[in-house]
Amino acid sequence: MSAVVTTAGHWRRATLLLALAGLVAFALADLSISRGTPGAELQRLAQGLITPDFTATDALGEALATTLAFAFQGVALGAAGGFTLALLWHRPGVRFFAASIRAVHELFWGLIFLQITGLSPLTGVLAIGLPYAGIFAKVFGEFLEEADPKPADALPGGTNPVTTFFTARLPLVWDQFRAYGAYRLECALRAAAILGFIGLPTLGFHMETAFREGGYSQGAALLYIFFALIGTQRLWLHRRLVPVYLLAAVLWAPPLSSGPDGALKRFLTTDIVPAPLRDGGGWAESGTWLAELGTQQALPGVANTLVVALAALLLTGVLALALFPLASPHFGHRPGRALAHLALVMVRTTPEFLLAFVLLIVLGPSMLPGILALALHTGVIVAYLTGRFSESIRPQRGYSQALTRYGYEILPRVYPNFLAFLLYRFEIIIRETAVLGLLGIPTLGFYIDSGFAEFRFDRALVLIIITVMMNLAVDAFSRILRRRLRLQTPATAY
Amino acid sequence: MSAFRFRGETLWRGPTAVLSDLHLELNPGEKVALLGPSGAGKTSLLEALRARALRDTAWCPQNPALVPALSVFHNIYMGALERYGTLYNLLNLIRPTTYQQRQVGELASELGLVDKLRVSVDRLSGGQVQRTALGRALYSERPVLLADEPVSSLDEEQARALLQLTLSRHDTAVVALHQQEQALTCFDRVIGLARGCVQLDAPAGQLRRHDLTDLYQ
Repeated sequence: MSAVVTTAGHWRRATLLLALAGLVAFALADLSISRGTPGAELQRLAQGLITPDFTATDALGEALATTLAFAFQGVALGAAGGFTLALLWHRPGVRFFAASIRAVHELFWGLIFLQITGLSPLTGVLAIGLPYAGIFAKVFGEFLEEADPKPADALPGGTNPVTTFFTARLPLVWDQFRAYGAYRLECALRAAAILGFIGLPTLGFHMETAFREGGYSQGAALLYIFFALIGTQRLWLHRRLVPVYLLAAVLWAPPLSSGPDGALKRFLTTDIVPAPLRDGGGWAESGTWLAELGTQQALPGVANTLVVALAALLLTGVLALALFPLASPHFGHRPGRALAHLALVMVRTTPEFLLAFVLLIVLGPSMLPGILALALHTGVIVAYLTGRFSESIRPQRGYSQALTRYGYEILPRVYPNFLAFLLYRFEIIIRETAVLGLLGIPTLGFYIDSGFAEFRFDRALVLIIITVMMNLAVDAFSRILRRRLRLQTPATAY
Repeated sequence: MSAFRFRGETLWRGPTAVLSDLHLELNPGEKVALLGPSGAGKTSLLEALRARALRDTAWCPQNPALVPALSVFHNIYMGALERYGTLYNLLNLIRPTTYQQRQVGELASELGLVDKLRVSVDRLSGGQVQRTALGRALYSERPVLLADEPVSSLDEEQARALLQLTLSRHDTAVVALHQQEQALTCFDRVIGLARGCVQLDAPAGQLRRHDLTDLYQ
């Protein structure tokens, strides 16, 4: 018999590799349930979810306004910065810079800016705007790269570059820019809410307090308000109203610093200088310092981050394959799909960080809540995208049995897209895994957070740089794998 | 402007030679029709000509290369971008000036596009798109017209009228065509390309229909 050479074979091998890595990760992970009675806690949580209390939170309107204000200003700053960077997208240095600033999570940026600009609106705006500039730069840069070059080429000889850009390049991608900006605003609302966990007065601040103190009815109410805010975005986000919203955002939360004078200078010239150098030591002491930091914090941090992320990736894949029929017109019936759609939207809207936080309360501290939260959130997103993609498939033969149809008709056709979505999301999983450390799961974020808490900013900075390098490595790995498997990268998955 | 001269050059499209050992001379004031089967090198020759006289060229490529999201007005105005300053161009993009509206409007009425001025190009028919692309070339007001099948989507009557209008506004013209009749009636000289070289080069007045059929064998 001749050797089997099929495209499906390549996908199977890649899948097997990732599944194996996931299984090893599960074997190494700390999956203990340390809370004695998770059932009882879950029951109280469920009770809270069906009896939301909308009156329990003081200053709810202010928190809502601040969340919106941070998101609008952050997206505006990110879009403006990203747009500028996208104009220089052909330069490798610009690409690397954009990749680096987006590899640092909004919460890490928040922790950094808390030291410089204090507990102020400026911190919230910069924490969102900076990484978003990196994301916008990549997406805008790629839109422009893929746009038709012919109209610009057809302009009369001697037309200057600025005119060419605004007449024959920008109009080609303007609609894409706008649609992507609206999607980013939804992400920014999640980010702004989560910034409440490090003390900024957004919705997340009250969510954290409510859930931590067992006020599940209050927490549920906050969560529902958040769902409503994002669920109705289509209705209130009108093109002509954007300038009005932006102006209102600036007036409500003027992006000013409340940090002490000279905080930036102190942070850059003293705080982040490695301790041995600051205390007059030489390079030798610094080397020892770095080696110690590496073996005691960076190494376990990186290892734990990889364990949690790979385990979450495996579970994400399994969940997505099991759930995508719920979002696919080839299975089930219309009312069932509508219900499933609602559930998918709710899980998707809940930030994975918040999900992990709630699961930590129910299950107690271990890696399990982190893995579950990441897998649930991402699994639902991938299931949703895969289900939507399956709409374009016209079944050749009508297999009446659902499982036969799944295995022979639908799965082979959606698999490459499923794999592309999954690999694309891996980068985001890694980024989120690192930040789960802020909740006590010992990933890189745990050590970064301790660095900030102990005022050892020099250590925190080195660990953040290591996080960035890890993100860039995973990004490269995912890109290489996608290219080798000849998977089309879906731009909408970002 | 000076004459175009090719002395034994080879024109490439990527790694393949499209026209090899090309000997050709085109003089100012000539109106030349390019004929030949598709793939014979008409587009490559036009691009080579454009590269030699970029600033003298009114350019009308076969793929019209318009900006789909912008109006007919803006796409025609693009022909004139190089005549005005950057600031004026950007302001005119946001809010067309009265002067430009009048100028472009006059041209558009000659092209039969006057009721489409404010319509974006992605909402036009194929014929209207071609007329817009011709409008852009005309509005650039350059002496040398280089056009690649500029009227192929129009009916015979309209095509001839538009071709004559366009030729009358340019001193020199090289136009690729697939309508043999148009080549004989509207132009001074016909060049036929086939099998990688110039197969035919004669004044239009000396040619008959059957002289051209060989090209397409």
